[in-house]
Amino acid sequence: MTKIVVAVKYVPDATANRSFSSDNTVDRAGVDGLLSELDEYAVEQALQIVEAGEGEVTVLTVGPDDAADAIRKALQMGADSGVHVKDDAIHGSDAFATSLVLAEAIKKLDYDLLVFGMTSTDGGMGVVPTLVAERLGIPAVTYASEVTVDGDTVKIRRDGDTAAQTIEASGKVLVSVTDQTGEARYPSFKGIMAAKKKDVQEWTLSDLGVDAASVGLDNAWTKVESFEPRPARTAGEIVTDEGDGGTKLAEFLASKKFV
Amino acid sequence: MTEVLVVVDHVDGAVAKPTLELLTLARRIGEPSAIYFGGGDVPAVLAEYGAEKIYQLDDAVYADYLVGPKAEAIAKIVADSSPAAVLIPSSAEGKEIAARVALKSESGLITDAVDVTAEGGTTQSVFAGNFTVQSSVTKGAPVITVKPNSTTPEATAGAGTVEAVTVDISDAAKGAKITASNAKEASGRPELTEAAIVVAGGRGTGGDFSEVEAFADTLGAAVGASRAAVDSGWYPHSFQIGQTGKTVSPQLYVANGISGAIQHRAGMQTSKTIIAVNKDDEAPIFELVDFGVVGDLKTVLPQATEEIKKRKG
Repeated sequence: MTKIVVAVKYVPDATANRSFSSDNTVDRAGVDGLLSELDEYAVEQALQIVEAGEGEVTVLTVGPDDAADAIRKALQMGADSGVHVKDDAIHGSDAFATSLVLAEAIKKLDYDLLVFGMTSTDGGMGVVPTLVAERLGIPAVTYASEVTVDGDTVKIRRDGDTAAQTIEASGKVLVSVTDQTGEARYPSFKGIMAAKKKDVQEWTLSDLGVDAASVGLDNAWTKVESFEPRPARTAGEIVTDEGDGGTKLAEFLASKKFV
Repeated sequence: MTEVLVVVDHVDGAVAKPTLELLTLARRIGEPSAIYFGGGDVPAVLAEYGAEKIYQLDDAVYADYLVGPKAEAIAKIVADSSPAAVLIPSSAEGKEIAARVALKSESGLITDAVDVTAEGGTTQSVFAGNFTVQSSVTKGAPVITVKPNSTTPEATAGAGTVEAVTVDISDAAKGAKITASNAKEASGRPELTEAAIVVAGGRGTGGDFSEVEAFADTLGAAVGASRAAVDSGWYPHSFQIGQTGKTVSPQLYVANGISGAIQHRAGMQTSKTIIAVNKDDEAPIFELVDFGVVGDLKTVLPQATEEIKKRKG
């Protein structure tokens, strides 16, 4: 019986016009949100691991009220239960505070294996998995393009830039997965109906014993001083190929001294 | 002057160009000290680019396990040297090391900086390159990962005094063991994220990258691929440009048969000059270009390749 916790993030839709709020944090109200695409792969891998044997999948998120949508999607895909940590004090937390809240929530859950996506599609730092493992004092095997679980040993393949590596860890392990692990399933009609009956617990910081003074915007170790939209690119020259498109392309490159 | 720690990225002593960029940036803040994991002679290039001190850590433990041991060792050096900042290359490994070092040292962390000021402030490009953000660290010595091509490396002689460092690595840091490592075959082309010119292919190649590669080679460019091309199995994932792949910011980017979805833009939008070749005149990629050709890459690219060869003589 493998108990898996999957941590997921509710993010602004990457295809919408994402922006910032007046306090320089990510605007999470002005844009529709959803379960981060990269976390769908984590849910998928967790489901495949329990389907190959025996186990259950708990999906965990930290975020505002709307973040419940991310949990619901994971439950529709097939996860068994959800935990939603929400507390106004968490707003504006940096990666360290987020990893603290996640780690404390995970400690309250009984688990054998943690599965994370490789990075979020909004902040995109890719450091929360490694920070959670560091806080829990457990091994992290990250950026997996293939995951194999054998008893309490997790083996991954990582396709790096200079080498393809095999990495192993035993005991309680955190694994983060890339989009190369395989397509995530769509919720079935049955899955959508079943999700309505699944248990979602709501926890606050005090449930976790986390001091509000260790999280949130005012306690972040970094500060966004300012932001500005990238200047729009000036419209370029577009030609239609009438037998000389390649020559014109070469001429443009020469005019810009690339040739 | 205060030390600025620079973590060296190298393969068997061959130092990657981004490390030289970090040494150059470090001089704005203080005196660069390189941290070199590996045995043998320390590469001369580190002192040539301004390293006053070089901490050498020669122990198999650093290669045998994922980031844990390296992070523990760097945190020890941070504690002993009280640096003004720590600069690390912005790779997957670099970011994980940076995060753990920052947490152990109780220092703020900034990832994927594209510029660093003398005060340790940074510039980042976020939301698929649609925004530029200025950030700073409010606690401890800033730990910053910096993207390739953030500055031009400038040589200047440093003392390069080597200091051997031995750190007792805890068992907790040795949890993730690397049991096998197969080096990838070198393509002979520049490294994708470091290249001055990147030529990429997408769905429009139909699976045949030969025209894209031939064109890239006449320009001395790196070759990249869109997610559609990688998902179809036409090109390896390590060459994917976009949100779930590499972010590139070259002087010139040429997108061939790539429509330009937001996921792709996220990986190339900050390129200086952008060119696209696409059959579909309504492809969103044309909104970004300095020059575009509406046409079939299968005829346009070979013609351009021939013309460039002719001009080169």
